[in-house]
Amino acid sequence: MPPAAETASATTPPSLSELFRAFALVSVSAFGGALPWARRMIVEQRKWMTAEEFNEAFSLSQFLPGPNLVNFSVVYGSRFGGGAGAAVALVGLIGPPLVIVTILAALYARFGDIAALSRILGGIASAAAGLLIANVAKMGEPSFRKGLHFAPFIVVAGFIGVAVMRWPLPYVFIALAPVSIALAWFTAVKARP
Amino acid sequence: MKDNPISTLFGYFAALSLFAVGGANAAIPEMHRVAVDVMHWMSDRQFADTYAIAQISPGPNVIIVTLIGYHVAGLAGAAVATVGMVGPSCTVAFVVARFWDRFKDAPWRAAVQAGLVPVSIGLIAASASVLARAADHSVAAWFVTAATAAVAYWTRVNPLWVFLAAGLLGLSGWL
Repeated sequence: MPPAAETASATTPPSLSELFRAFALVSVSAFGGALPWARRMIVEQRKWMTAEEFNEAFSLSQFLPGPNLVNFSVVYGSRFGGGAGAAVALVGLIGPPLVIVTILAALYARFGDIAALSRILGGIASAAAGLLIANVAKMGEPSFRKGLHFAPFIVVAGFIGVAVMRWPLPYVFIALAPVSIALAWFTAVKARP
Repeated sequence: MKDNPISTLFGYFAALSLFAVGGANAAIPEMHRVAVDVMHWMSDRQFADTYAIAQISPGPNVIIVTLIGYHVAGLAGAAVATVGMVGPSCTVAFVVARFWDRFKDAPWRAAVQAGLVPVSIGLIAASASVLARAADHSVAAWFVTAATAAVAYWTRVNPLWVFLAAGLLGLSGWL
């Protein structure tokens, strides 16, 4: 569907029970990244938000601390139903996976020592590491295109601090984030006419 | 464990929650550092297994903390780890969402957004490295990691298929 058509279509706000069901549905169908599912549900199927509104709300969730989609459920739920909306969307999103993963955790505690199972999980973990590498490449592209020339230095500094030196994440973050924001301010934001 | 594991779990994930810019995936090295190196809650392998289980479960990636919590202290551990990891950041999200729209055109908002992106990319790159080192103990395993990266970057194949293939390769004993 072209973006123009999405923007033009009227949006109707959901009720609390609709919010809950929508996020519960997204959570159980969301394998390997829930963003596409959330977008499909909210923008294309239910038409609760235009594509631009969705991007705006999601970009906020992305740079807030904490899990992105969980943040999104709070930002989105509070927009339509205040505190109750945020709570309902949050519980809808993490409730069902929580039950499923707790069962899996109990199974792993019981059967984790079985050689065949641990070989299967080992293979999946190797693939999951590869998925993260692809994520990094996909996330990196837009910021290089926007002309943030300092970005590679920050990426490398963060990587060395956390992966090579194994420093605690809060220290690395507190040292790096202000520098990066200041560089973004001087190179990109202020340079704009 | 000297301290009560329940309060340790909660305090640790509540603090981590506020520094996990870039989502749960950005916080993997810190979880690994604490769970494996500092607290000795689990082995390197168990950590890789835990990440794998979180990946093949439906829902947001953050549920890896539920698995770690369960491993440490059963159901109560799973509950406090999850609430700890989700609570503080959700509170921040709720508060910020209220006034964020007011600063739509403020230049500092653009700087904060643009500045935090490379930080989270660096953290996620570190996650990939930590996880690969925990999971890959053979040339074939490194090859699986590299091949998955290529497939996920250049194609739109559902990652579940790649996980299925990698799981079968693991089962066959080639990795």
